[in-house]
Amino acid sequence: MNLYQLSSPSTFYPVAGRVAPWFAGAAAILGVVGLWIAFAIAPTDFQQGEVYRIIFIHVPSAWMSMFVYLVMAFWGAMALAFNTRLSSMMAQSLAPTGALMTFIALWTGALWGRPTWGTYWAWDARMTSELILLFLYFGVIALRNAIDDPRRADRACALLSIVGAVNVPIIYFSVKWWNTLHQGASVSLTAAPKMAATMLTGMLVLALAAWFYTIAVALWRVQAIILERERGAAWIRSMRGMKAATT
Amino acid sequence: MNEFLAMGGHGFFVWGSYGVTAAALVIELFLLRARRRAAVAHATTTGELQ
Repeated sequence: MNLYQLSSPSTFYPVAGRVAPWFAGAAAILGVVGLWIAFAIAPTDFQQGEVYRIIFIHVPSAWMSMFVYLVMAFWGAMALAFNTRLSSMMAQSLAPTGALMTFIALWTGALWGRPTWGTYWAWDARMTSELILLFLYFGVIALRNAIDDPRRADRACALLSIVGAVNVPIIYFSVKWWNTLHQGASVSLTAAPKMAATMLTGMLVLALAAWFYTIAVALWRVQAIILERERGAAWIRSMRGMKAATT
Repeated sequence: MNEFLAMGGHGFFVWGSYGVTAAALVIELFLLRARRRAAVAHATTTGELQ
């Protein structure tokens, strides 16, 4: 089987079903290990005390919120360029989980901001652009629900996703470009991390867990989307009696 | 144990973060399972009508 064949929903459907549980299992194991590092190994922060432990979900979810958006926009671009159904389905599948990650980043940020900055929310560039990201996810989901013809919805959502992608670098660089209440990056590819090694390890393990969780959920959801949209196709009709294999 | 739950006086903020995150993931997985079951049931019973 080559990659070209894999881009057909009927070929991809069983492959997604086979690999998704492995990603889910890896996410669960990494999640447990990450939480153990976060609460049992990582030391108390000398400035913030215990409340800094919110970082272990705040940073991974914030990374995922931006990354998932870029992947969604990528699949949208692929769909526009090659008119492939599966690309649109992947984009459609990622939107709810991207919105969820964005919500978690905002929520944990608010609960972290209150004890450390004295406020749940400020209209600074980082927080405002992340909130716009949440609205972009909602916009993409609502746009799809508002258009009856799935292929037209694919193109409209792809376009909105691609245009909205300009917001992602704005989020990422906001702490450099503007004076924000939000602190600068603690971890970057170009400088040594500004945190203890065990803290960094816990954060990276949980970031990996978030990756695998997102992959598993996206694959499971795309299976449902394939069934919803390819309803009536011969290969799905031949699935009768194979119900047990998918639930 | 109580000391662990207190999180240095910031238990509300730490557990509020972790609790809502856990609840959000559980809700997503629950909704996803419902959607998958509905999609399979629909596709395998009424698909041939179209």
